[in-house]
Amino acid sequence: MKVTLKVNGRLRTADVEPRKTLLDTLREDFLLTGSHAGCEHGVCGACTVLIDGEPSRACLMFAVQADGYEITTIEGLAPAPGELSVVQDAFCETHGLQCGYCTPGMILSAHALLEHNDAPTREDIVEAISGNICRCTGYGQIVEAVEFAAERLRKTNAPRNVTGGSDDEPSIDPAAEAGAREGGVLEAAATRQGGRQ
Amino acid sequence: MKPAPFAYVRPDSVAEACEILAADEDARIIAGGQTLIPMLAMRLARPTKLVDIVRLKELRGIRSEAGAIVVGAVTRQVEVERSELARGALPLLMKALPYVGHPPTRNRGTVGGSIANADPSAEIPLVAVTLGAEIEIENSGGRTSMPADEFFIGAMVTSVMPGDCVAAVRFPVWSQPRLGTGFHEVSARQSDFAFVAAAAQVALDEDGRCIDAVVGLGGVGDRAQRIDVSALVGQDVARFPVSELIRSATEHLEANSDLHVSADYRRRAAAALGARALEDAIAEARAAGGVVQ
Repeated sequence: MKVTLKVNGRLRTADVEPRKTLLDTLREDFLLTGSHAGCEHGVCGACTVLIDGEPSRACLMFAVQADGYEITTIEGLAPAPGELSVVQDAFCETHGLQCGYCTPGMILSAHALLEHNDAPTREDIVEAISGNICRCTGYGQIVEAVEFAAERLRKTNAPRNVTGGSDDEPSIDPAAEAGAREGGVLEAAATRQGGRQ
Repeated sequence: MKPAPFAYVRPDSVAEACEILAADEDARIIAGGQTLIPMLAMRLARPTKLVDIVRLKELRGIRSEAGAIVVGAVTRQVEVERSELARGALPLLMKALPYVGHPPTRNRGTVGGSIANADPSAEIPLVAVTLGAEIEIENSGGRTSMPADEFFIGAMVTSVMPGDCVAAVRFPVWSQPRLGTGFHEVSARQSDFAFVAAAAQVALDEDGRCIDAVVGLGGVGDRAQRIDVSALVGQDVARFPVSELIRSATEHLEANSDLHVSADYRRRAAAALGARALEDAIAEARAAGGVVQ
């Protein structure tokens, strides 16, 4: 079956069997391998993506079900090529990752939490990442990373737009090629391929 | 962990979905897929065809209707959690929802899906049985409804026949001003399947006498069940021996043993959590306005 999915702001088409999960389609057809395949039955959370801004398991949805939603993968979080989102940066700062396998899922879950709650309690954070398993058991630093990201987001209550445009506009890397905006500028991977040399 | 091949259809109406289901016994409904897809991945289920109903508008939404809140089958669990209407009218369901899976599974999982799946330890079926909800079922003959207690037959077994589609759940709303609820469960990890779950709802009059009380238990046997707490009705709750009542009501429950916990443990946990849920409900109802509103 042909499916057209909106991933990181960009429409992409793939020809898939109905039994192919969104996760496998993202990884194999769209080469977005940041969504990790862990348990493949909805337990570990490594494949977490945002569907209309809400964390969901990409292994628990078939690609044929996913048309019409705004899908965001970890590749779609960075504001520009070579940059990190506030949450991503906070994970680096506080050593919120060890092997890194669970990290994309953790970051997307944390990102979604901070979108609607910029002052989460420890319990809010634990609840938000309760569906994400870290086999390195590095939960202490992960919670710390989310607390740190929340603090930064509260403090920098200013437009985070490198081009100095309005807050509603996507941030565009000055070095990105023309037309990058239509191509989904918020997706670092795509713009990087697009010829920022 | 890859499902066996199947066909996928997305009908435009419930009627069309029922037609497809009636024509093919091995076709299955998919809504949120949060339980079905793992079962497909492990090949515990091998349907020929998945009938996707999750986008059917006629099955979506939460509305208030003559003493009840009707939740459309494909309403996502998170939508109920965020609903002002449900928060005001269905406090017991609101207390149970945070125990349903994890936030990411509640973002996709539906209320009707949880009902149709009929896991013995699932929280939404437990609330439905405890409150005496009605399950609306649609098929080619139209829409009928059935009490939750009759709908659930056993573990993952319901009264749904081929060609049937769970359309909505009708939760009764208690209108008494002094209302309290309690919900407790025990599981191996946070948000994991409950070994035992207990739900209670109590209404008191202005003198602290019980007008109505219900207690339900999940995870103990093959399906959620109500236990008899009618002895509480008409009594002054402050002086009533709640834990003895629950203990005697749970003493002879049929309970399952599995590799996690024994039947004996389940009965003990049922008595303890049932009492705790009922005590919480009473305390909440007593705190809810000493004067009638």
